[in-house]
Amino acid sequence: MFGEPIVRVEDPRLLTGQGRYLDDLGRGALAAAFVRSPYAHARITGIDVDGALDVDGLVAVYTWEDLPGRVGEPLPLLIPHPALTHGRTAYPLARDVVRHVGEPVVMVVARDRYLAEDAAGRIQVTYQPLPVVVGIEKSASAEYLVHDDVPGNVGAFLVQEVGDAPAAIDAAPHVLEFRLDIERSASMPLEGRGVYARWDADDESLRVYSSTQTSTSVRMAIAAKLGLPPAKVEVIAPDVGGGFGVKIVHPWPEEVLVPWAARLLNQEVKWAEDRREHFVSSAHERGQVQFVRVGFDDEGRVLGLDVKILHDHGAYTPYGIIIPIITSTQLLGPYKLGAYRAEVTSLYTNTLIVTPYRGAGRPQGVFCMERTMDRIAAHLHLDRIDVRAANLIQPDEFPYDQGLIFQDGRPLIYDSGDYPALLRKARDLIGWDSFGSLRAVATAEGRRIGIGFACYVEGTGVGPYEGGHVEVDSSGRVHVSTGLTSQGQGHQTVFAQIAAAELGVPISDVQVTTGDTRRFGYAVGTFASRAAVMSGNAIALACRRLKEKALRIAAEALEADPRDLEIADGQVYVRGNPSASIPLRTVAVLSNPLRYAFDEEAQRATQFATGSSPDEPPIAPGEEPGLEGKDYYSPVRSTFAAGAHAAIVETDPDTAEIRILRYAVVHDCGRLINPRIVEGQIHGGVAQGIAGALYEKMEYDSDGQLLNASFMDFLMPYATEIPRIEIDHLETPSPLNPLGIKGAGEAGVIPVSAVIASAIEDAEGFEISAMPISPDDLFRLRRH
Amino acid sequence: MNERVYEIGLTVNGVPRSATAPARRLLSDFLRHDLGLTGTHVGCEHGVCGCCTVLLDGDPVRSCLTFAITVEGREVTTVEGLADPDGTLSPVQQAFQDSHGLQCGFCTPGFLCTVTALLRDNPAPTEAEVLEGISGNLCRCTGYQNIIKAVLSLSRGVSRTAQENGAGNATTQRGSGDHVR
Repeated sequence: MFGEPIVRVEDPRLLTGQGRYLDDLGRGALAAAFVRSPYAHARITGIDVDGALDVDGLVAVYTWEDLPGRVGEPLPLLIPHPALTHGRTAYPLARDVVRHVGEPVVMVVARDRYLAEDAAGRIQVTYQPLPVVVGIEKSASAEYLVHDDVPGNVGAFLVQEVGDAPAAIDAAPHVLEFRLDIERSASMPLEGRGVYARWDADDESLRVYSSTQTSTSVRMAIAAKLGLPPAKVEVIAPDVGGGFGVKIVHPWPEEVLVPWAARLLNQEVKWAEDRREHFVSSAHERGQVQFVRVGFDDEGRVLGLDVKILHDHGAYTPYGIIIPIITSTQLLGPYKLGAYRAEVTSLYTNTLIVTPYRGAGRPQGVFCMERTMDRIAAHLHLDRIDVRAANLIQPDEFPYDQGLIFQDGRPLIYDSGDYPALLRKARDLIGWDSFGSLRAVATAEGRRIGIGFACYVEGTGVGPYEGGHVEVDSSGRVHVSTGLTSQGQGHQTVFAQIAAAELGVPISDVQVTTGDTRRFGYAVGTFASRAAVMSGNAIALACRRLKEKALRIAAEALEADPRDLEIADGQVYVRGNPSASIPLRTVAVLSNPLRYAFDEEAQRATQFATGSSPDEPPIAPGEEPGLEGKDYYSPVRSTFAAGAHAAIVETDPDTAEIRILRYAVVHDCGRLINPRIVEGQIHGGVAQGIAGALYEKMEYDSDGQLLNASFMDFLMPYATEIPRIEIDHLETPSPLNPLGIKGAGEAGVIPVSAVIASAIEDAEGFEISAMPISPDDLFRLRRH
Repeated sequence: MNERVYEIGLTVNGVPRSATAPARRLLSDFLRHDLGLTGTHVGCEHGVCGCCTVLLDGDPVRSCLTFAITVEGREVTTVEGLADPDGTLSPVQQAFQDSHGLQCGFCTPGFLCTVTALLRDNPAPTEAEVLEGISGNLCRCTGYQNIIKAVLSLSRGVSRTAQENGAGNATTQRGSGDHVR
């Protein structure tokens, strides 16, 4: 079961229109809409709501002044860090000043969304425009400030250092210096965000549905903001139509305001984000400028690397500086460098906030390191893969300590891997060594092709913990729950595979629930390729507890030694004597001394002796009724997956169109729970990587207007843009967790920009330093 | 100010349905919120993503670009109407499951409607025809690999070997090519 490419159990529901996404719920709920700032930086001088009052069906209009107590306070800064000296967060509705286009200013509640938007359109907000800061370098120049009290627009200044890189570079035989640029993109799930809240006045409790990657933390945030006991707040992530990072941010303004309004109005309220709102009010990622200085020897070994990174974090920093931390640590990849220094200046701009999008800072770090490897190879006239191989950490060097502190606050120690094997496999898969002849043929035909390569290491499964709960009921059904959420990763399938394998039950008996605080209250969330590692192991551990209890109860019933028992196909039996057996469902009945004969199974169970003597309590000390298991998995540190990608591209000599002819992936995420699902994750990641390499960027003008805030202009790839993706696996188990697994969710996206840049550079014969690259960009570069 | 509303009647998945709605009600909202058929999804509301694709008298249309009142009396098939009444998945639905052609499932109803019409009109599409046929639907999860595989697995024109190889083979060249938006 574990390791098999079974089809997904969630599919029949989703294929027949029976999925339940946020906006599928709450038919008849009141609808919220928001008046959002059309200015990137402005002072609000007046709000006139009179025009909205004529709209039939209008229920309420709220501005910041209406928000009481903690509801009106700035949103929390989720992840403080000593380097983030000037963290700033937004108010849920703007107070006095707006700092990006799309910032919510007024909330409208009406009978339906059409009417709410009618009313919103009739509200007049007057603004006094302020100077706008757009672009990393404009921010760094500090001519104008985004926040009056943040000098230089610098939110954070972070240094990561091992050894003395400047000295090592100065002493190196070869030194190169160059600049790299990466543009903004965004997660862009096809379902936007959304919140739906029901207040139960009789019970004084709140139920909230949110299209989120962390229902447990949304619950804590709402409870704190609304002054409710957490036990009176339930938060459920229903089916979620993609997340890719943007839905890990919490609480979004709407996640505070919608529940607050539902309670105040004592009516159900729902808000479902539309696409234009998503472009200007959900988060972006990626934008960085990197200044690289590298010293190396004649074989291409890096003696010192010094990188100065300017990172654009947008108008506010609710998610701290996780992205710069990841960029500056994961930049090292599978390599051991002589010395390393990274200095990140994280800057405010009058643009939408920047928070993790699949890859979360890694694509930028990998772009930097892999461009550097290619530059070194070009400088020394060496093979690009050979230069990488000369710098690799070797298989006998694990665990390998990079000497830095990772995003989880723990040492950056790689647990396991075989990087030379990854390189070999990728080299073979793409046909690196025979590319010369392929190119010769193409050149003879007047075509221009190039080959590119990049590798990466991805810290996955960051802590601090996830939990799992497993219960067998008297019909034999196995109910598994974990607190983290699902956005299409197939958790209901893979977690069921784990539980079925651990317990020895048919997978059809297993039902998995994720992201529902009614079922599991403590969780961290789904990000950082952590769900399979964290909840997968927690569920395995919970199953082991349940199994131990089941065997103990069954041993008593069968008058056998628990060590002689096994479970298969839902039956506990004595090894070597299958006739001495008891179904797990009967064990479930026996686990509870209260045994009303509600069902046949309870009646049947009476044939088995119950062990307790009249002098002992029916529930022994330390015991609990019910056949349940609960446990948590909390790793000492992250587990590190890795991979190598290679691609062959063709560039049109006349039109500069760029076409990917082949794309090859070798991926190592430890043991595979379900190869089909892992490959699906890689496919999706690579497609988003190609999107970020060739098509997608956020086109802000100097006034801070997002010029391409629609799918007409933001070029998300269709099937016609994504080539066939060839995949090979390596399985190096993680020694850190019981299942030996590593995360896989984000991997595909990480090295793609680096690979494509490498391949275009190879095709064109000049340096590629900025991504994404459009035919237009390439055409211009050729004329320089 | 009260908005004028109209009784709008149409046949949805073979069943006559009607509800009262203003003239500006989009077909997507009418199906989802007035008739309670939430299987049709809305991803962009400007006709690009294809999530809201339904079959109107058998042909795929963007229900987010269609006013409900304009399809009065006509026949609409949504994702809820693709499976057999006994719940058996349609061949297209089954192929999507078998090929792992969906992840979050949000774009899936649009793809299913598009592909159902595609295969009805051309039971043996080539890979190029499949790409063309689904090039009006966005998916953010799958990289389209297994969607293409699912559709090709139903194409009578594609050999077994090609199907097992997935979406074509290593020499198949496709990319940004001539796709224009």
